[in-house]
Amino acid sequence: MAGNTNGTTDYDVIIIGGGPGGYVAAIRAGQLGLKAACVEADKLGGVCLNIGCIPTKALLSSALLVNELKGAGGHGISFDGFTADLGPAQKRSRKVASRLSNGVSFLLKKNKVDHIEGYGRLLGGGAVEVEKDGGKRRITAGDIVIATGSRPRSLPFLEIDEERIWSSTGALFQEKAPETLVVVGAGAVGMEFADIYNAYGTKVTVIEALDRVLPLEDSDSSRTVAQAFKRRKMDIFTSARVESTVARDDGVTISFTDKRGKAHTLDVDYVLSAVGRIPNTEDIGLEAAGVKLTERGNFIAIDEATRTSVPGVWAVGDCAGNQLLAHKGMHEGVVAVEHIAGIGHHTVDYGNVPNCTYCHPEVASVGLTEEQAREKGLDIEVGKFPWAGNGRALAAGDSTGFIKVIRDKRYSEVVGAHIVGPHATELIAEFVMARHLESTVEEIDRAMHPHPTLSEAVAEGALGALGRALHV
Amino acid sequence: MATRVHMEALSPTMEEGQVVKWLKGEGDAVAQGDILAEIETDKATMELVARGEGVLRRVLVSEGAAAPVGDVIAIIAAEGEDIAAMEAGLGGGDAAGAAGAGAGEADGNGASDAGPGDGRTEAPQPAATPGTAAPAGAPETATSARSAEAPAPATTTAPAMEATVPAAPTRVKASPVAKRLARDAGLDIATVRGSGPGGRVIKRDVEAAARAAAEAAAATPAPPVTPWPAPPDTEFEDIALTQMRKTVARRLTESLGPVPHFFLTVDADMTRALAARKRVNELLAARGAKASINDLVIKAAAVALTHHPECNAWWQGDSIRRFHRVHVGVAVAVPDGLITPVVRDAHAKGLGRISTEVRELAGRAREKKLQPHEYTGSTFSISNLGMFGIEEFTAVINPPEAGIIAVGAVEERPVAVAGEVVVQPRMRVTMSCDHRVIDGAQGARFLATLKSFLEEPSAILM
Repeated sequence: MAGNTNGTTDYDVIIIGGGPGGYVAAIRAGQLGLKAACVEADKLGGVCLNIGCIPTKALLSSALLVNELKGAGGHGISFDGFTADLGPAQKRSRKVASRLSNGVSFLLKKNKVDHIEGYGRLLGGGAVEVEKDGGKRRITAGDIVIATGSRPRSLPFLEIDEERIWSSTGALFQEKAPETLVVVGAGAVGMEFADIYNAYGTKVTVIEALDRVLPLEDSDSSRTVAQAFKRRKMDIFTSARVESTVARDDGVTISFTDKRGKAHTLDVDYVLSAVGRIPNTEDIGLEAAGVKLTERGNFIAIDEATRTSVPGVWAVGDCAGNQLLAHKGMHEGVVAVEHIAGIGHHTVDYGNVPNCTYCHPEVASVGLTEEQAREKGLDIEVGKFPWAGNGRALAAGDSTGFIKVIRDKRYSEVVGAHIVGPHATELIAEFVMARHLESTVEEIDRAMHPHPTLSEAVAEGALGALGRALHV
Repeated sequence: MATRVHMEALSPTMEEGQVVKWLKGEGDAVAQGDILAEIETDKATMELVARGEGVLRRVLVSEGAAAPVGDVIAIIAAEGEDIAAMEAGLGGGDAAGAAGAGAGEADGNGASDAGPGDGRTEAPQPAATPGTAAPAGAPETATSARSAEAPAPATTTAPAMEATVPAAPTRVKASPVAKRLARDAGLDIATVRGSGPGGRVIKRDVEAAARAAAEAAAATPAPPVTPWPAPPDTEFEDIALTQMRKTVARRLTESLGPVPHFFLTVDADMTRALAARKRVNELLAARGAKASINDLVIKAAAVALTHHPECNAWWQGDSIRRFHRVHVGVAVAVPDGLITPVVRDAHAKGLGRISTEVRELAGRAREKKLQPHEYTGSTFSISNLGMFGIEEFTAVINPPEAGIIAVGAVEERPVAVAGEVVVQPRMRVTMSCDHRVIDGAQGARFLATLKSFLEEPSAILM
């Protein structure tokens, strides 16, 4: 028998949940020679692979292609009777998702992790109940990792029925783009679906309660994306409040007030509710095990090594709060299992989690916004390099946006980086690495960047924050 | 014939010198009279010239480190000449002192980083001894490889603690930020134990080492300096004392007593401040808050201090702690004395909030109900006796802070404006400065900014 269970428990570690946090924890456990089980009631890969990040990115790739083809005249490409049909793109997105989900199954097998189908609940004292088709069994382990994820939040005046009022899930399974759609919530999910449906011909209206789209991003990023969306004929209402939604068989009537207090009523085909997510922390036996929740939001309370209030019980991913992002959950999964295996030498740096939104233009960031840095009283210098100064971006015909680098003058640390524009979500990784290695901004400049590439703009942003960008 | 290079007395009163920069690196040819290094004395930065010739074989005191007059700080010898006996005769310098800083390697970190003693100078690590050899880790990937540099031996990651004979120079595994922090704190990075992967020295390690050094220094009986508790979550930097600073501190203390004060006074036209306060109070009325002139002075002084961080500092005996945030101690009279409750981050707070906090803290101060954290950790203080009609006075510094301002009453006084005598509401502010930390011009510049804020409160918003 693998691992070190000594025969007293069934497993070294049981992971409840097979999403990004859970399956990565399971793979790492297998790599470390722990005897591990991953309990999942639904499909492996969780929301991210099946009804989240991955299929959305498949649809966004389709949407980008549609938009590029619409403007392909300059490349000498022309069409007679150009059409864009959401149906095949939607089917393609399902294929991508199911291929990856099967991939996770393979990875668990390869790492000798038992995949147990069923609904897992803590029983306390190292025991987990697995319920499947009405039957229940009990398994035990020295350590338990909770990775039960989150689900879309439904508001009383915006109740999700997935018929006329969708969550992101409903929005993923449409085979036909409607004529009209209202997106409530201009966070990453809302903005990505707005982008997709707009590309396929839907008249999209975005309603956001806060004063700008992508309210967690730097205000420069928000402004640039809002302008790009407006150019694509989307309507955006910020500081707006949804008063009511009435779903009928053939549509939805939504009433809201705009920032000036003026009342609006729209009759549209569908409404997408993208107003955030709530953790799956009910009915998983937390009370039985004595695991404490956070005061706000009902997340499982953990420390930087993902320990909960109960020794031997760990929590990772969306159910454990902080940023609800797959990469944060995966990272926590590794940290949890390495601590369980006794080789835990690092913790999760919640200040260095990158944010990515894959609409077009793409938006990515890490660290503080300029406003936050100023509020903290840091002595900063800001460099902002527009894509219009980058040869590769111009050659590709994609020069909306900028790279902004915020430098703490004291030790020249990168306190924040914000990218809007081509491949922003890829380029942000250099800043994450720089921050992780505690690089100074000078180091980013001195590392030679290939020409002509988008990555040159990273170095130019860094130079800007030193007051000496070359190409502006 | 090998020659010892001594730390020479380059000024009449010099007792020790700090190596600012080595102008010759190990392996460089040296002729008699060549300038070897720049040395900071208690008076100035001087040049140290070679009194022998050959090759600079060994550098024993790294850039940024100090040595007493008479100590051997380098060895010049012929190429290939055996200097082992001479090195042994030095009694085995410690690793910190033996950190060799090749002159050519002080590459600086860019325009904003042109200071001497760049943290990126390479310190030799000791040859691994059985006791210090850490598990063989992968060699750290060089973040900026330099071709002139010998490849680092991959097998030892032990921190340089027990060096006897320096081996071939290798790079110290440390993050760029850690190196810069160490330089600013006057710490030799080679002496800091790393907690990153493979023993890499990262920011938190240097911060911990700087704290430990400060505590150790505070604990030594030599100068009785109380270890002041750092306010929680306060960001600051500790600035190592230069020879000049040490001498200034010692001489002034001898002359004036433990805290050598000096005083600066400005007289501000409060016309606009009174108008601003009136307008602010109209706006605050809805919230039930009301700001006083003293609240405005707190805000103005706090923001001015962010422009003049040299006045927002503590004297710590062996270093100056300069703060990046402003916590203002506000002197409050209580029945049997006085106490200074602290408005934290006053530079970042609005007038309404400052006013509410001051009122609340002062109220509880009079009831003797303040918690210790509410009256400690201030970085600067303000005392106001205007309500007693005091025109001007001097306030006594609240150690370890370096400054306090004494605020008088706002009174109508005749002043000459453009040749005409006019009557204006005026207010005098007198700053007491600890001369060990703040020099006259620095205090004056701060007061000028404060005065400009009081005379034109809109400027606070700029």
